[in-house]
Amino acid sequence: MRMSKIVRTGANLLYPFILIFGLYVIMHGHLTPGGGFQGGAVVATAAALVIVAYSYEEVTGMLKKTAMKARESIGLLLFIGAGIAALAVGAPFFYNFLANSGLLFGMPVPAGPNPGDLNTAGVIPIMNIAVGIEVWGGLAVILLYMLSGIRKEES
Amino acid sequence: MRKILTAIIFVVLATGLCAIPAFLAFGEPAASEMDQYFIGHGQSEAAANNIVTSIVFDYRGFDTLGESVVLFTAVVGVGLMFRSMKGGKEQ
Repeated sequence: MRMSKIVRTGANLLYPFILIFGLYVIMHGHLTPGGGFQGGAVVATAAALVIVAYSYEEVTGMLKKTAMKARESIGLLLFIGAGIAALAVGAPFFYNFLANSGLLFGMPVPAGPNPGDLNTAGVIPIMNIAVGIEVWGGLAVILLYMLSGIRKEES
Repeated sequence: MRKILTAIIFVVLATGLCAIPAFLAFGEPAASEMDQYFIGHGQSEAAANNIVTSIVFDYRGFDTLGESVVLFTAVVGVGLMFRSMKGGKEQ
């Protein structure tokens, strides 16, 4: 069942902004309140909005279940990979080997209050992105599965 | 008898619960060395301004791995419950 044209237009307008806000929360997890789980939930809210506004048949072309499953698995693998990469360097599992190293996300942070630099915190932003992708895919898959179950009941 | 005993136990427990603030000062937990360590060294060790994130993803990253696996398992469970099979192929 699809909603009225007003709801669909509003969903079309809001969809990119919700995505951008969620990705901002994920990307700035090591500087501002929030992080992977919270930002992933915000991004999944965009999927929920589209699913509510449109019917299941129209949504399946836009939000593919296989792509969301792949996102979830890739997120978890990236998270575990970031932990195993520390083993390859010679540090303990989940050691933050990129912090203060000068490489990717490796800038040192001055002590005390400071405006914040995105290029800091070592492994933490990579794990934030991984968890964000995983939560996005996972919650969207749950919503799509439940919606397909409802459609099955109606027909 | 049973009711009276229940009432007495309830009164004792409620009194104890109300008496806790009299013995413990607010904002001063018994063991705070760990908190002070995180606050003092979090910025220099994990190089992140958000100390909550540095605890969740760096100091206790293994715990977060468990959270992620729990979410993954929940999605797999929902998929098993709501999947509709037809002729051996997922619909």
